[in-house]
Amino acid sequence: MSAVKKPNPALIVGKYAALAFYLIFALFPLYWLLKIGLTPDALIYSEGTRLFPSEVTFSNFTTVIFQTDFVAYFRNSLVVSLGAAFFTTLFAAGAGYAFSRFVFAGKRIIIALMLVTQMFPLLMIIAPIYKIVADLGLLNSLTSLIVVYTAFNIPFATFLMQSFFDGIPKDLEDAAMMDGCSRFQALRKVVFPLTLPGLGATLGFVFTAAWSELLFALMLISKNDAMTFPVGLLTFVSKFSVDWGQMMAAGVLALIPSCLFFIFIQRYLVQGLTSGAVKG
Amino acid sequence: MEGKPVIARVQKTVRPGETRARRSLYLQYMVEPFFYLSPAILLIGAVIMIPLIIGISYSFQSIELLKPFASGWIGFENYVDLWSDRKFWIAMENTLFWTFWSITFQFLLGLGLAMLLNTQFFGKKLFQALVFLPWAVPTFLSALTWAWLFNPVIGPLPHWLAALGILSEPYNILGDPKLAMWGPITANIWFGVPFFAITLLAALQSIPGELYEAAEVDGATPWQTFTKITLPFLAPMIAITVMLRTIWIANFADLIYVMTGGGPANSTQILSTYIFTRAFRKLDFGYASTIAVALLVILLIYAVILLWLRKKLVKI
Repeated sequence: MSAVKKPNPALIVGKYAALAFYLIFALFPLYWLLKIGLTPDALIYSEGTRLFPSEVTFSNFTTVIFQTDFVAYFRNSLVVSLGAAFFTTLFAAGAGYAFSRFVFAGKRIIIALMLVTQMFPLLMIIAPIYKIVADLGLLNSLTSLIVVYTAFNIPFATFLMQSFFDGIPKDLEDAAMMDGCSRFQALRKVVFPLTLPGLGATLGFVFTAAWSELLFALMLISKNDAMTFPVGLLTFVSKFSVDWGQMMAAGVLALIPSCLFFIFIQRYLVQGLTSGAVKG
Repeated sequence: MEGKPVIARVQKTVRPGETRARRSLYLQYMVEPFFYLSPAILLIGAVIMIPLIIGISYSFQSIELLKPFASGWIGFENYVDLWSDRKFWIAMENTLFWTFWSITFQFLLGLGLAMLLNTQFFGKKLFQALVFLPWAVPTFLSALTWAWLFNPVIGPLPHWLAALGILSEPYNILGDPKLAMWGPITANIWFGVPFFAITLLAALQSIPGELYEAAEVDGATPWQTFTKITLPFLAPMIAITVMLRTIWIANFADLIYVMTGGGPANSTQILSTYIFTRAFRKLDFGYASTIAVALLVILLIYAVILLWLRKKLVKI
């Protein structure tokens, strides 16, 4: 429709200037992380504020991978995030299915309770959780983190899954059940394949959330060999605060899994965040 | 063809969630849905709801893990202490400052980005993926990255700010009580713009195109189109997004905790970081829970006022 009108050149220049501004603002910090990570130790102070390093080395990355505990932190974070993502998605799929397909007693109250969990400061329960976990003897265990993260992410994941189930016509299940399938067979053979993208998106959201959680991990984990990546990196930073190259190399490494999942879930961002914003 | 209306009629009598086979109402309403729901409900109850109640009860007790013999019920003593705690009031003021400026810039920049993404240009898909990337960066890493950018030894920002005349010399603003809060706020804006852009983009795409065509035919200026069509249509979405994000940002402690730890001299201490430092550094669970209850009450009051305003102002 606007193709008929002659575009105003000033507007076009302004638009591309704005695009460039957003692009630089979004990417510059990440570029800087990578740049310092690639700068040789000897040059960091003299070239600290140069836009491009005059020499590039991967030694910071190899040091971080082979000579520090980061591989262990990475593994712990992977176990916790995958565990939380798996259980959250499983339970949220069940709850989302119930919300989408059934009318039952107490439905409104349960939905309201789930919304409430999204509103109040989760830090409120950091002290009681610490006490409970300590009394159970589960401090410094990855299991406690998986359980806590799973519970935290279930409400949002449930609303997300519900919106995916709402998008699948109920007639398909009914038809399968009319043809003699039990509900479980109908779920497995008809609904499950159609929900795969939704399950993937939910997995991705929860994984990213668990991967970056810091404060509860800081509270519940104090032993070095049980630390997740955020806790490990923060401990490393406060201990060796001048090893800039290695810290930033570790930062770049921590970024990789999130970016992979981000590329994977990017298609669902608009749908997911919109339903999340409206419902909780 | 004759069969169709019959099927439609039969299906209409089926209640939502009901299968064709007849089953007892009891099974239908009380058992099957809860079979799917129970793991989620049990976990939320055990990990969030019960600790929440315990947390509120903590605020009436003295629980300091470092002083195990001084614990017990103390009534409202924690609240009396809170009222006369100067740090609490500083944290309250800082929470307002932090939340207001974070949300204002996130919203304005997010709206701009959403409107850009609602137009056509070359390489849009790649551009969208790249500008949304900060949202995927783990928060602790965003915090560290920005803390490093503000460090004059390895970061360029102090030098640029000095060259622009904003700083007298390139120093770290995170160490300056007057300016320190702008460090975490900048990181928060960077991290939060994609969220606003995504939400507002979805709302923008739902505005019917005919309205813009009609406005163009009637000779409306771009500014008129924006204020008379775009903004009124976005208003409900803006109201709910801003409200939810405000609550989320007021609770958001990670960036500040990593970048400044609440310092220097409590100049960046907000209520949520104050809760965390009390619980984590001093293991003073009673007082930490008291601050948390206060924060909860403030957020509740805020939500009620905003919902009331929305009902009064937005007539859509």
